[in-house]
Amino acid sequence: MHNSKEFKIPIGPQHPALKEPESFSVALRGEKILGVDIRLGYNHRGIEKACEERSYVQDIYLIERICGICSHAHATAFIQAVEEIAHLAVPERALYIRTLVGELERVHSHLLWLGVAGHEIGFDTLLMYTWRDREIVMDILADLTGNRVNYGINSIGGVRRDISPAQVKDVLKAVDKLEERTKYYIEVATEETTIIKRLSGVGVLAYDDAIKLDAVGPTARASGVARDVRRDDPYAAYDKIQFNVITDTHSDVYGRTVVRVKELMESYGMIREILKKMPEGPIAIKAPPRRIPAGEAISRYEAPRGEDVHYVKSNGTEKPERVKVRAPTLANVQAVKHMLKDRFLADMPIVIAAIDPCFSCTDRSIAIEDGKSRKKNVMTWQELHDYSIKWHRERGFDPAEINRKFHKTMEGK
Amino acid sequence: MLASLIYILIFPGFAFLGVFGLFAEFFDRKLYARLQNRVGPPWFQPFADFIKLLGKEEIVPCDANPAMFTLVPVIALSTVVAAFLYIPLWNTTSLLSFNGDIIVILYLLTIPTLAFFIGGWYSSSLFARIGSVRAVTQLFAYEVPLFIGILSAALLANTWSLSEIMTFYNKSPVLALFNILGFGVSLIALLGKLEKVPFDIPEAETEIVAGAFTEYSGKFLALLRLTLDVEMVAGAALLAAVFLPFGLGANPVIGFIFFIAKVLFVIALITLLRTVFARLRIDQMISFCWKRMVPVAILQLLICLILKGVIQR
Repeated sequence: MHNSKEFKIPIGPQHPALKEPESFSVALRGEKILGVDIRLGYNHRGIEKACEERSYVQDIYLIERICGICSHAHATAFIQAVEEIAHLAVPERALYIRTLVGELERVHSHLLWLGVAGHEIGFDTLLMYTWRDREIVMDILADLTGNRVNYGINSIGGVRRDISPAQVKDVLKAVDKLEERTKYYIEVATEETTIIKRLSGVGVLAYDDAIKLDAVGPTARASGVARDVRRDDPYAAYDKIQFNVITDTHSDVYGRTVVRVKELMESYGMIREILKKMPEGPIAIKAPPRRIPAGEAISRYEAPRGEDVHYVKSNGTEKPERVKVRAPTLANVQAVKHMLKDRFLADMPIVIAAIDPCFSCTDRSIAIEDGKSRKKNVMTWQELHDYSIKWHRERGFDPAEINRKFHKTMEGK
Repeated sequence: MLASLIYILIFPGFAFLGVFGLFAEFFDRKLYARLQNRVGPPWFQPFADFIKLLGKEEIVPCDANPAMFTLVPVIALSTVVAAFLYIPLWNTTSLLSFNGDIIVILYLLTIPTLAFFIGGWYSSSLFARIGSVRAVTQLFAYEVPLFIGILSAALLANTWSLSEIMTFYNKSPVLALFNILGFGVSLIALLGKLEKVPFDIPEAETEIVAGAFTEYSGKFLALLRLTLDVEMVAGAALLAAVFLPFGLGANPVIGFIFFIAKVLFVIALITLLRTVFARLRIDQMISFCWKRMVPVAILQLLICLILKGVIQR
């Protein structure tokens, strides 16, 4: 009886599986997913527009708050574009410090993901363990930059804080500890039967589809696409560091897990190498310019979730003319629809989680177009206000009346 | 009359079971937390949650059938409490006993699942409906190994009465060791009955919010949660009675401490299992139950049959 009927269930905008509001409308037959409708736009904050009204220095801090996890990725991508327009030569040591913070951020992001993935498949023990160990890298980041998440380490033409030899020792000690723990997680993730059962064969994205749907980051690499900005278009100090681009041929959620835990191991090696090779010298250029000459630039950065693209256009003033951000989730979210086809409802949370989505970073305002008349359904502020008053009046509730009463009481005081 | 009322309302009925059930929830949560490297709740947390929920507003959805929706928690709780009255505590005799009571216990312990199904179905929420269908689907998978596991122990004792089963194993405890497979199977099946990881599919939080309980609030939710706690105690007590028949018939005080310790031991095993596994999918759960657990349960049945032949000769 139940199985013969098709019905739609709303996963989101508010749902325990989603950490941020986003709508996935799932058409189901029994437990089987027939199709998914993804709707963005619940978390749009208008940061790009806000950047145009602030100076470049203010923008660094605003851009950093696009994402709570890969904040350094966004800030660095933005600042690289600005530095390119202004033709600034950033000191070597500053580039190394940026790379170091970037890799520590990747470690923290991947450990966080591992915990979230565990939670989505009902394995809370993994969540508790990984998040406990994630504290080690968070403490190191707080020690190096002063903050646990929004590091604020970048400045135009360099970084704001130097690293002392004592801090180098602390980082090395922490990395040793993390490496030992990560080896244990690799063992757990690759040998625990229920984990393998829940992850393998789920959310398959074949090599061709990954290329066609423009997947980026670990999602693409798990499908065998060796795509990594750090190697393809090196920035900061990545051209001087040895590392392997981790790929996997499983093409499923299991492959994405393997790629991420192996990338953790790769990051530990990179952190050690960065600390060994870090040259002496200044950490920022003297007197960075407030006005950036007219020009435009695109900057790419391999964030923990994939390629992050920033475009900056300047007009010779203190404020940018246009800033455009393409967060990695926007590239990957298209693939989710493909991955969920013909899977079970139970796979939905982990498949969505496997691209490591960050919806608030990717979110943009959307206009829904009517299929036939091609008419866009956009409301101005006044129209929205009128609509809300009309909606309430129809239900016997007059906001104007309340308003009047409110003003009366306020005046009476 | 008065004695019966005391039995039903105070000991070993509602009052004792409520307190012990909530304590068992604390024990389970605290152990789970410690195994996961967390601090865990203080001892009064389940009691505080229960009292808090009793004081909250209860909302009955517009489309729900109010009679069914509100009756279900009461039915579920009273059946598990009724089941407990048939389980012996510190000695081999229970409050109510007759030949065949073990079937009645298993039957009464099945009713909460059906009640959850009805409650979820009538609350007319999509998440609750999916959860309730999953609960019943799961019921057909774990119930068979659970029955075979427990009844093969009864078969060896040659009786359908729980008291007599306990007397039999108490006389010859060595024979209880042969039921170890049945104990394992029943324990895992109990995880399905209690909807705990890896079989918490009907209330998988990240998929269907809270499954059949999604629309419940206030004192109805409090009763449903208490039902699950009491069911955990009753299930653990049943397993302890059938498979761990040690330390019976002595001093009532020592016997009672033994009983509590045995129940907590079974709950600790359940907690351990739910710590080390991820949630399975419903199809994986069903194939696991039928392809792995049922054969093991049948093996247990064969062992018991052969053993019985040996003993009788």
